[in-house]
Amino acid sequence: MTVQQAQEGSLSRPAVTDTHYPPQRAGSLLLTWGKRLLWVNMVFSFVFLYAPILVLVIFSFNNSRFAAKWEGFTFQWYGQLLTNEAIISAFWNSIIVAVSATLISTVLGTMTAIAMERFRFPFRKTYDGILYLPVIVPDIVMGISLLAFFALALDWINTALALPVDSALRPGLTTVIIAHVAFNISFVAIVVRTSLRDFNKALEEAAQDLGANEWITFRRITLPLIMPGILGGALLAFTLSLDDFVITFFTTGPGGTTLPIDVFSRIRRSISPEINAISTLMLLMSIVLVMASQSLQRRRD
Amino acid sequence: MGKRRSVYLSFLLGPGAFWLLMFFVIPSLLVVVYSFMERSSSGGVIWNFSLEAYTKLFAFDPDSLFVNDFVVIFLRSFWWAILTTVACLLIGYPLAFYIAQQKPFTRTVMLFMVMIPFWTNFLVRTYAWKFILNNNGLINTFLSELSLPRVPLINTPTAVLIGLVYGSLPFMVLPLYASIEKFDYTLVEAGQDLGANYFRIFTRVFLPLTMPGVAAGCILVFIPAVGQYVVPTILGGGKVSMLGNLLAQQFGAALNWPFGSAIAVIFMILLMAGVLIYFTVEREEEAI
Repeated sequence: MTVQQAQEGSLSRPAVTDTHYPPQRAGSLLLTWGKRLLWVNMVFSFVFLYAPILVLVIFSFNNSRFAAKWEGFTFQWYGQLLTNEAIISAFWNSIIVAVSATLISTVLGTMTAIAMERFRFPFRKTYDGILYLPVIVPDIVMGISLLAFFALALDWINTALALPVDSALRPGLTTVIIAHVAFNISFVAIVVRTSLRDFNKALEEAAQDLGANEWITFRRITLPLIMPGILGGALLAFTLSLDDFVITFFTTGPGGTTLPIDVFSRIRRSISPEINAISTLMLLMSIVLVMASQSLQRRRD
Repeated sequence: MGKRRSVYLSFLLGPGAFWLLMFFVIPSLLVVVYSFMERSSSGGVIWNFSLEAYTKLFAFDPDSLFVNDFVVIFLRSFWWAILTTVACLLIGYPLAFYIAQQKPFTRTVMLFMVMIPFWTNFLVRTYAWKFILNNNGLINTFLSELSLPRVPLINTPTAVLIGLVYGSLPFMVLPLYASIEKFDYTLVEAGQDLGANYFRIFTRVFLPLTMPGVAAGCILVFIPAVGQYVVPTILGGGKVSMLGNLLAQQFGAALNWPFGSAIAVIFMILLMAGVLIYFTVEREEEAI
């Protein structure tokens, strides 16, 4: 028996010492039924999770204006998306917001994470709590408070600079980016802090004993080691920013329509094959993002 | 060294702290201040102290089901969030348990299948149900093909609840899986050797040890569910409204910012109290 066969054998029937699997004992009637129920629940859950998405995708290829009646296969709705200027411009706005918010929040979040994990300072515990708040506070509450804040702040700036009405500062893409950074810093900081905690601090100490200053130690030792964490945080920030509707809704203004804002106004009206097509493309994008995050996770492990 | 380190620290901490202070802490405090101001009918507030917003929120209305319609919306939002959390827990716990028992390959595939909806845009997932439940949606189109009468499905509490559970389920399964996966099954054997039956082992060993996952999952589901805006707007048509709709309405069409702020303040107080009570009860249970 080769080593590989032996391993396969141990996979199909785990040894008693393997703590990962429930012990295989002769099942009572109760246990058999329990297992069946678990299986039924699993099947139900995946059908529940996937049936609506599948239906959505299938009907994006439906050759009929009546969204939910199958009339034959077509690509026309995808073709129409490419020539729809409102959707194209909303898409680029979303990319601009997501890329800017990700860049800023990844840098600020990483710096915050290093400060929290490697330094002691007064009110550190308090700041730790504040740092978690944007993750916990419901997005609608954060949205309306930023709406109130930007209205007041822009009003003050416009009055102070005596800007005429037509060139006055208004909410738009910039305010959306600022808002996205505000909630993303916390998410990035949480992810990066985990990777800072995971690696051996002795490596940093060794570098300093060998005469490296703090910057060199960071650049040559710390940064490479936490890179997967930083990338993971950036990916999370990018996804959250790209998907965000509620906070964007309350902080945007004229010319600041992102893809979720455009999609929401369409969904609100009715159902249509175009929305199915946009949704399918957005779904594809999320599958790519999950794959990216999974491969990052594997690299981290 | 000490001085240099404090320079590094302020360089590292400063920008992030400034951003959070300016665009998170101050806006939150501003809402508290706004809730004690007078309403300006053109949006914003008039800078005069007033308790009008709070008296409006708690004024007794004999025509309403309970105290007044705003309180009813509060109660409904919390009740629906509780129902959503319980439903997600009842489906999610056995699912996470099942996944954790699979062989590595199957486990990876199934986790991946939970993660795709987790990362999929919330609007898309909510729209999927509108597509099914709408008056010209999948079910009603199918019924009318069979010359059966259409049924009203959209803009009902059921539609909103389905949407809430559908949107939240992955947020329950992932933290549950993380804590069930860590479970050491030799403890089950120990329990069996000591003569405990499966029910006892589950309630006395398995459940308490996977409680951190349950707590994390419940919080991740409950808090976003109470403050939902997208689901009640799209699947409830604004007719079945929750706190999110009420807040959006006050800062939008109704232009009553102090009242909207007061709702947000009370909402946050209730939420924090709820989370605190939850953790206290849980800790006491652990102690027993």
